Amino acid sequence: MSFAQAIMEALESLNGNKMRSGLTVLGIVIGVAAVIAMLAVGNGAQASITGSISSIGTNLLFIFGGAPSQDGPPGSGPRTSGNNERPLTLGDANALLDSFAAPSVEMVAPAIQGNGLLTFSSETTSTSISGVTPEYSQVRNLEIAEGEFINQEHILGRMSVVVLGPETAIELFGHADGIVGETIRIEGQPFRIIGVLVARGGGAFGSEDNSAYIPFTTAQARLIKRSARDEVDVIFVQATTAEAVPSAVEEVSNIIRQRHRTPVGADDFTVFTQQDFLSIFSQITGVLTIFLGGIAGISLLVGGIGIMNIMLVSVTERTKEIGLRKALGARKRDILLQFLTESSLLSLIGGIIGTIFGWVIARIVEQVATATGNTFVPIVGVDAIILSTSFSAMIGLFFGIYPASRAANLEPVEALRYE
Amino acid sequence: MDWVIEARELTKTYIMGEIEVQALRGVSFTVKRGEVVSIMGPSGSGKSTMMNTLGCLDRPSSGEYILDGESVAQMNDDQLANVRNRKIGFVFQSFNLLSRLTAVGNVELPLRYAGITQGRREKAQNALEAVGLKDRMFHRPYELSGGQQQRVAVARALVNNPAIIMADEPTGNLDSKVGKEIMNLLLNLNKELGTTLVIVTHDPKIAEQTQRVIRLKDGELDTIDENPGGMK
Repeated sequence: MSFAQAIMEALESLNGNKMRSGLTVLGIVIGVAAVIAMLAVGNGAQASITGSISSIGTNLLFIFGGAPSQDGPPGSGPRTSGNNERPLTLGDANALLDSFAAPSVEMVAPAIQGNGLLTFSSETTSTSISGVTPEYSQVRNLEIAEGEFINQEHILGRMSVVVLGPETAIELFGHADGIVGETIRIEGQPFRIIGVLVARGGGAFGSEDNSAYIPFTTAQARLIKRSARDEVDVIFVQATTAEAVPSAVEEVSNIIRQRHRTPVGADDFTVFTQQDFLSIFSQITGVLTIFLGGIAGISLLVGGIGIMNIMLVSVTERTKEIGLRKALGARKRDILLQFLTESSLLSLIGGIIGTIFGWVIARIVEQVATATGNTFVPIVGVDAIILSTSFSAMIGLFFGIYPASRAANLEPVEALRYE
Repeated sequence: MDWVIEARELTKTYIMGEIEVQALRGVSFTVKRGEVVSIMGPSGSGKSTMMNTLGCLDRPSSGEYILDGESVAQMNDDQLANVRNRKIGFVFQSFNLLSRLTAVGNVELPLRYAGITQGRREKAQNALEAVGLKDRMFHRPYELSGGQQQRVAVARALVNNPAIIMADEPTGNLDSKVGKEIMNLLLNLNKELGTTLVIVTHDPKIAEQTQRVIRLKDGELDTIDENPGGMK
């Protein structure tokens, strides 16, 4: 029998038992749809996170106090202070501006960060408060929607002024416009609003929309106490170009090592680049994608077992048919081919429907994300489609082998006698 | 002599649990080309085993069986399948048609396994015409009467031009009038096409229409009756 004939016959036979074929296919449909949707969401998440990291600027360096840890970016956990560790200071930040020792450094913005309670009349909100210098807005690409950012005058005068993120403004006022000039209280102390930032959407490091910026000197003196004099939590460094980032890392590290008198390899500070964050997050999302895909793969496996189950039932039910076919001259491999074709077709059809279904699910996820204000685009890759469709056909083939060989090895006499 | 079937000292032993059952105990006989013979015997006489062995559905435990010049007793499964396909047409008591397929689709099945693609439909249609079902070709079995279904089965049996047609109680599921029609159809095909006909039956009325009656008893050959009233 030719292959085309085998397919025609398998289709006839599957068509003869629509309900059962449909339910069997459903198992594969769900499995493949889950794989497609999960991979799409995983890839979409990766692209989204990568995009938002890229948006913070490709030539940005972060310097944190504390030795490099193995686990992840410092500053994400409590700071470990070793015996000889010296915190980063304003002096370190200023030293980085030396254009001879650090020609690749364009701009430096030290910051101290803490959390605080903001109040306006009866509204209260807790938010992250950063003590920053004027350079901060350029280094981090902050845009002012209304008013102005902190300038040198504010720093020198240790003035009680604040720039709010739009979300924080809405928390306090219900709207983000027309509030410049109002006075709010931060931890009980009065601050005048001088500016509001442009809404930017969620970032990879917490939302910049939900924050408050005050002059560095004001924070140091009145709000965020640090044990060492002039201590800073993080120094943002902008390299001249994206290509200059590696040399900037080198220069910056050397300067701070000198100032802290630490030998190479025993640094009490950590320099992170945007590339480092990118690789960490793609690692995380990669694991996430594999994890999601794996769970979905299990449901595909369950679908495959469903096929085997149904094919076994089908073989038992059609024992007499198999006997008859053998009496009419069907060889073992004819019967084997017949049942393998049926099981592969079942799962291939399931794979195709499942792919369409998974794509629809991915689109729904996108719609939901958009409706809730997040831009998140799941990516249905051609590779995922080819992978899951061929994988589902393989599953049909694999789980069809046992039932089909059982059918092929039936004794014609006994099969014919079967009622 | 032109023998289609030469059976020599056929034995068949089944092992059922710990007991050995001897279904055939050395049966020998021959069938001429173009002959119509019946095999009779009470249940347990080895009739079915004989039919399965002659039909190449099963191998004898010992002995020699030459079918149309080929020794088939020692063949493997696939060789036997090939022999069944080319040399034997089966007609069963319960028709054994596939309900998914039309009449012509059922008749095509042996041709499919023979690997014939060219003119397959035509051959099947000719066979259906020969059994008088020209106008029922695209009906499915459940749309046909019992007699019509058995006619489809007969068409299926003869579509490959087999050396013999093995009919196992071909009229057993039919009333006497329709049964007579089927018998006449088989006998006519024998006369027109010269196909050797082996009918397994317990019905004396069927047996007396055949040229020779081979009677089995306890797995042994009892008698072979020449039947002067049988068709020549």
